[in-house]
Amino acid sequence: MNKRLIYMDHSATTPVREEVVEAMLPYLREYYGNPSSIHFAGRTVRRAVDEARAKTAELLGAEPEEIYFTAGGTESNNIILRGTARKHGKPGHIITSSIEHHAVLDVCKDLEADGYSVTYLPVDNYGRVQVDDLRQAITPETFIISIMMANNEIGTLQPVNEIAELAQQRNILFHTDAVQVGGHLPLDLRSLKADFISLSAHKFNGPKGIGLLFRRKGTQLAPLYRGGGQERKLRPGTENVPGIIGLAKALELAVAEMEAQRKQLENLRSKLINGLLAIEGALLNGHPVERLPGNVNVSFQHIEGEAVLLSLDLEGIAASSGSACSSGSLEPSHVLSAIGLDHATAHGSIRFSLGLGNSEADIDYLLARLPRIVEKLRLMSPTYYA
Amino acid sequence: MYNEKVIDHFSNPRNVGELENADAIGEHGSFKCGDTMKIYLKIKNDRIEDVRFQTYGCGAAIASSSMLTEMVKGKTIDEAMQITNQDVADELGGLPPLKLHCSNLAADALHNAIENYRKGKENVKQD
Repeated sequence: MNKRLIYMDHSATTPVREEVVEAMLPYLREYYGNPSSIHFAGRTVRRAVDEARAKTAELLGAEPEEIYFTAGGTESNNIILRGTARKHGKPGHIITSSIEHHAVLDVCKDLEADGYSVTYLPVDNYGRVQVDDLRQAITPETFIISIMMANNEIGTLQPVNEIAELAQQRNILFHTDAVQVGGHLPLDLRSLKADFISLSAHKFNGPKGIGLLFRRKGTQLAPLYRGGGQERKLRPGTENVPGIIGLAKALELAVAEMEAQRKQLENLRSKLINGLLAIEGALLNGHPVERLPGNVNVSFQHIEGEAVLLSLDLEGIAASSGSACSSGSLEPSHVLSAIGLDHATAHGSIRFSLGLGNSEADIDYLLARLPRIVEKLRLMSPTYYA
Repeated sequence: MYNEKVIDHFSNPRNVGELENADAIGEHGSFKCGDTMKIYLKIKNDRIEDVRFQTYGCGAAIASSSMLTEMVKGKTIDEAMQITNQDVADELGGLPPLKLHCSNLAADALHNAIENYRKGKENVKQD
């Protein structure tokens, strides 16, 4: 009997849509030219890259020259934070949050070691940054604020519009890591006054190894790499053409289906949250409603997350955990610690991130198995009846 | 990341639970990651006749606890004192490197139980 396989780890990565694969294939086969070449092979590809850029820009409410293709979210964050820091020079002050992805946090730590100062804003128990805290953290040397649009672990949405307005009033740059939001929730750069955003295609059913950064006209970034003139010298290196084509196609499909998909995911999310909270000793992490449509994060008391993940995996269900034991470090997730969870509760966390292809039947399948898994592990736990 | 034997011990752990009238109880926790094992021993003529465990922790912690209980049954307490965490990991066919430091604590709990047992006997003699 074939075991049913259910993928609920879409915040880690998503399957590439068939239409995206189809759109990319010609650029792996017949259209292999280098877009910088002036001959026929290069010109065809240049045209395709230009069109993909124009389409991507339009979908985001940006101008084509404000879009720079990169290798993904991590590279975008690095180019933006290091690039603005280098342009600004020292002394300089950065404000970010304590729940950013490591691709922002660790860059900030690096910049701190380089002599910049950084404020890591705390968050409330739901994982939200308080705009008043941000206002108070601003100093005359603050040159950039970097706050993610939605958290990858607990899904909490941040008040980025308010933050962007505050940054604009104070003449400070604003960057938002929108990797978890792109393709899932509306992202219109005409209304959101961000100076920089980072996106990654594989989070919205596009290919891996391709992302983008948005740089609003008039802002400046010192490039990190030297090389050719690609991406207007901000990210030199021959373009990842199939990736760029795939990103644009994936974003186009995601935006076209966004409203329907969002409703579907929010329904599945509610069903899953209700089912999980019916299990004794289960706690919801993150905000009840101000969260990514597909994100569910719960902690089970008295058991450890990796053991739950492993048991789920044996049942053919893929999820993830903020437990140290599954992360390759000894510390539990910095995000779960920042929202005030004690070590044991953070260790017992499980994230289900739903996406395209998940159905009610998947939720039923999971909920039919998880209570038994939790019970079995608890019966093994010395702290359960203690 | 885990081999088949580890997965087997994790999914079908041997000797789980408490032991009524245990002659010795031991416990060990990893302050690094929070994993904790509690072990119960039934000892007759300095030989381990029965054993049970309870563990809070990841797959490696549970599998190594289960493995250890199989290794100690029938051994004398002197022999059991010789078992190391590394022996347990070896018997499992290896554990991922990171797990060797945080979740491989079964032998420590066993030693703690035997030390408690010996202390208890000394106290009885003194009385």
